[in-house]
Amino acid sequence: MKIKQLSVFLENKRGRLYEALKALADSNINIRALSIADTSEFGILRMIVTDPEKAKEILEKNEFTVKLTNVIAMAVKDKPGGLAEALKYLYDANINIEYIYAFVEKSGEKAVVVLRTENLDKTISILQESNIKLLTWDDVLAL
Amino acid sequence: MFWDKDIECIDEEKLREIQLERLKTTIKRAYEKIPYYRKKFDEAQVSPDDIKKLEDIRKIPFTSKADLREVYPFGMFASPLSEIVEIHMSSGTTGRPIVAGYTLSDIEIWGEVMARCLTMAGTTKNDIVQVAYGYGLFTGGFGVHYGARKIGAMIVPASAGNTRRQIEIMRDFGTTILACTPSYALYMAEVAQEMGIEPTTLKLKAGCFGAEMWTEAMRTEIEKRFNLNAYNIYGLTEIIGPGVAHECSEKKGLHVFEDHFFVEVIDPDTGDPVSDGQRGELVLTTLTRQGMPMLRFRTRDITSIIRDKCACGRTFARIERIRGRTDDMIKVRGVMIFPYQIEKAILEVQGVEPHYQIIITRPQHLDEIEVMVEMSKETFSDEVKHIENLRRKLEKRIEDITGIRVKVTLVEPKSLPRSEGKAKRIVDKRSLHD
Repeated sequence: MKIKQLSVFLENKRGRLYEALKALADSNINIRALSIADTSEFGILRMIVTDPEKAKEILEKNEFTVKLTNVIAMAVKDKPGGLAEALKYLYDANINIEYIYAFVEKSGEKAVVVLRTENLDKTISILQESNIKLLTWDDVLAL
Repeated sequence: MFWDKDIECIDEEKLREIQLERLKTTIKRAYEKIPYYRKKFDEAQVSPDDIKKLEDIRKIPFTSKADLREVYPFGMFASPLSEIVEIHMSSGTTGRPIVAGYTLSDIEIWGEVMARCLTMAGTTKNDIVQVAYGYGLFTGGFGVHYGARKIGAMIVPASAGNTRRQIEIMRDFGTTILACTPSYALYMAEVAQEMGIEPTTLKLKAGCFGAEMWTEAMRTEIEKRFNLNAYNIYGLTEIIGPGVAHECSEKKGLHVFEDHFFVEVIDPDTGDPVSDGQRGELVLTTLTRQGMPMLRFRTRDITSIIRDKCACGRTFARIERIRGRTDDMIKVRGVMIFPYQIEKAILEVQGVEPHYQIIITRPQHLDEIEVMVEMSKETFSDEVKHIENLRRKLEKRIEDITGIRVKVTLVEPKSLPRSEGKAKRIVDKRSLHD
């Protein structure tokens, strides 16, 4: 149930985001979800891509610092309160969220959200018990 | 062990008397025989007669490498060329080389101070001394050679290079004393192991290592690899070559042979003397050299003077291990800091060979240091708080080591400029002349 996410260290410098994305585009790698965490000095680009291993290799060849991180992709109802409901279960279980962002596309009535918490295994079991749909890697590719 | 106990343990007052007398003679000789010095003295409006006590040396202008380059090749010689019996030269990586000329008495003195060094390392006439410093224009090989000959030890003038043969000689001849650069010693240990010769089985008992900067960690490593006592030797072509200072068995600083060399440590920015124990630039004056007297030569080496009594009994002052070059030094808010300190801090936190750049600015009236550190693959985390933590850890460790608060910025790998494989470490953006 864990999904591989690609994380890239970016300096706050003109053109760096473009260069990273261009390198992926040139290798025909598609981005399904993306977010940037930024501070005043650096940013972390987080992406779900079609071929994470290959994307890592390409970015490293282009002198980027890259890491593959496990995250969870969950489908929540695309209506007011959909995400809040899912998060309530984690809140009740005392699980802290490190970061969260949404997919570029939507699948029908569901919105897909990427999530990383301090304890992924526990998060997975809680969400599954609560009947929240978690996406497999195949689901992600099919989006 | 002493080569000449009477002089090495001389009463301090007596030593100062000898120094003053020799200093006066040297200054007078330089003034009379070397037009370049005469001109410098006249410009500074000092005369040899102004030297009444040792402290008066401060009236004498400094001599720099640039001065020596200007008078290339023989302009600093105080003896006629017919009296010069040997020439050595330091390779100038920038500009013209520096030439040193020796009279017969200079060579005698060189042998004498080197004999003291080798004896401090435990060398006697029963020893086999392998000289793996280069012979040639470089002073290393010949300097050790002259000292070992004075002692009467068996000299193996191997010179540098041909490492496998060096090791075979050590094994077959039973070399007991090794003289070479510390990095070459470590390299030899590796090659010996490749050859199937365990370095600790060699008969080496001591080594005189110098001619480059090295650390206590390297000493420990060399001692362990060869099972020998590793001593630090210091010297430079402009003054005489190796043999200016050497460690005694205490290994707590290098005794300067003060009867031949007058030692000062100055603030490299102001030229003023710093107090004993304080780091600054080493300045040396020859007291007995005939062929090329050298007055207040700025070595660019960073050290401090230790005048406390040494347990070995020698009264000669010591200098601590060379800590860096003034070229590398940065003075920030009045504190001297060196790139190696920053490097050490980063290495400790990141655990990998650091790539960094130090940027100094003065936004208002206070110096600010920013250290740009390339993020390593090993320490990259995709969580902001971990990266912030890493940054804070780096700042804290650098402050612990240098005593200066800095700002650390993490940058992408290979984003810092490199020239010829080496990064430019310091960018000083302070405009101090406005």
